[in-house]
Amino acid sequence: MALTREQIAQRIAQELQDGYYVNLGIGIPTLVANYIPTGVNVMLQSENGLLGMGPYPTEDAVDPDLINAGKETVTTATGAAFFSSAESFAMIRGGHVDLTVLGAFEVDVNGDIASYMIPGKLVKGMGGAMDLVAGARNIVVAMAHANKQGESKLLDKCTLPLTGVNCINKVVTDLAVLEIYDGAFHLRERAPGVEIETIQSLTSGKLVIDGEVREMVL
Amino acid sequence: MSGFNKVVNDYNAALAGLDNNMTLMVGGFGLCGIPEGLIQRVHDMGVTGLTCISNNAGVDGFGLGILLEKRQISTMIASYVGENALFEELSISGEMDVILTPQGSLAEKIRAGGAGIPAFYTATGYGTPVGDDKEVREFDGRPYIMETALTADFALVKAWKADTMGNLIYRKTTQNFNPMMATAGKITVAEVEEIVEAGELDPDHIHTPGIYVQRVIQGNFEKRIERRTVRS
Repeated sequence: MALTREQIAQRIAQELQDGYYVNLGIGIPTLVANYIPTGVNVMLQSENGLLGMGPYPTEDAVDPDLINAGKETVTTATGAAFFSSAESFAMIRGGHVDLTVLGAFEVDVNGDIASYMIPGKLVKGMGGAMDLVAGARNIVVAMAHANKQGESKLLDKCTLPLTGVNCINKVVTDLAVLEIYDGAFHLRERAPGVEIETIQSLTSGKLVIDGEVREMVL
Repeated sequence: MSGFNKVVNDYNAALAGLDNNMTLMVGGFGLCGIPEGLIQRVHDMGVTGLTCISNNAGVDGFGLGILLEKRQISTMIASYVGENALFEELSISGEMDVILTPQGSLAEKIRAGGAGIPAFYTATGYGTPVGDDKEVREFDGRPYIMETALTADFALVKAWKADTMGNLIYRKTTQNFNPMMATAGKITVAEVEEIVEAGELDPDHIHTPGIYVQRVIQGNFEKRIERRTVRS
């Protein structure tokens, strides 16, 4: 069975390590915060100027001066800090964030990512995504393996305008966990009950299967 | 101290000299930490042909959205503009130019402008539409693009507290773009929740030193929330 959005988030949460500073993008990446393993402490960075983002507030604690990068009201975690946008992106661009999780329309075998613009549709802007992919040392992309028409989103070459080049090294989809290096996707794990042949047929970019492909443990 | 007294008593004085076709920086992230009263005054003045530099463009009917309604902005420099239906219409019809700029590069372009640095190199945007037509240079084998600094005729910022000398303190995530913009305006106007006497703010706690700030005005803030999310 293909993973749900929640299960993709759950699998990505296994990438978190104790002491990590982590930036979670909008969508599935946000859900990762719900599955942080017990005993693992992470500090969430929100690029509008908050390190140490806490959960949503209770009704009586809503503060319009305290939001996350998705413009939602939030709280602070113990040890949080506020700072300017320039400071925030110094952390990001300077490679100080341990793990970044973001969504994508397409990724390719070179680690290029397209995530912010579909020509002919409204251009909303890249926000901080280009800075995040250029600056992070460790990026996990959360996405559907194929679109609703069954066309692969894992390609030899991205077709949409790029958010960044040669920057993605890991992808978690509803079907598989893949690493990207040496100009290919390398299949590492498959979703429970999903056949390798299914993944092969829905991966348009070069796919390498070297060694055992274990079933994901959720 | 009179030469250092930055306090103005009305919005007329706060925006004196603002004219058509000027460049305007406006602080805030979404609707968080925006100079609400100053934006309203720009709207009421009716100046047009503005180049507006701000992370977002407000929402329909609030924030910079009200300047869009009166077609006062001819060029918008922002990182994300998805919250505004009118924005879409004006950008598609070509009534307004839009220069989408990565958020971190936008912050740094403004910081550089205020700090007298004309340009810098960043990996952000290399190989993407943002990097088209920009100078590329390699450092240690990695390609970077050159981004140039931004300054403005007026920078409109929002702070929590000011003293009469224009020293500013921001609260929580309202800081965002405000401190950099404060440094990058030929005239920086700070709209604040509270003005105290010089000497009352702890010098250790000041985010923006008064040297950057020409005018301070006491504002009233609605502080509209864009996405009210609560724990279930």
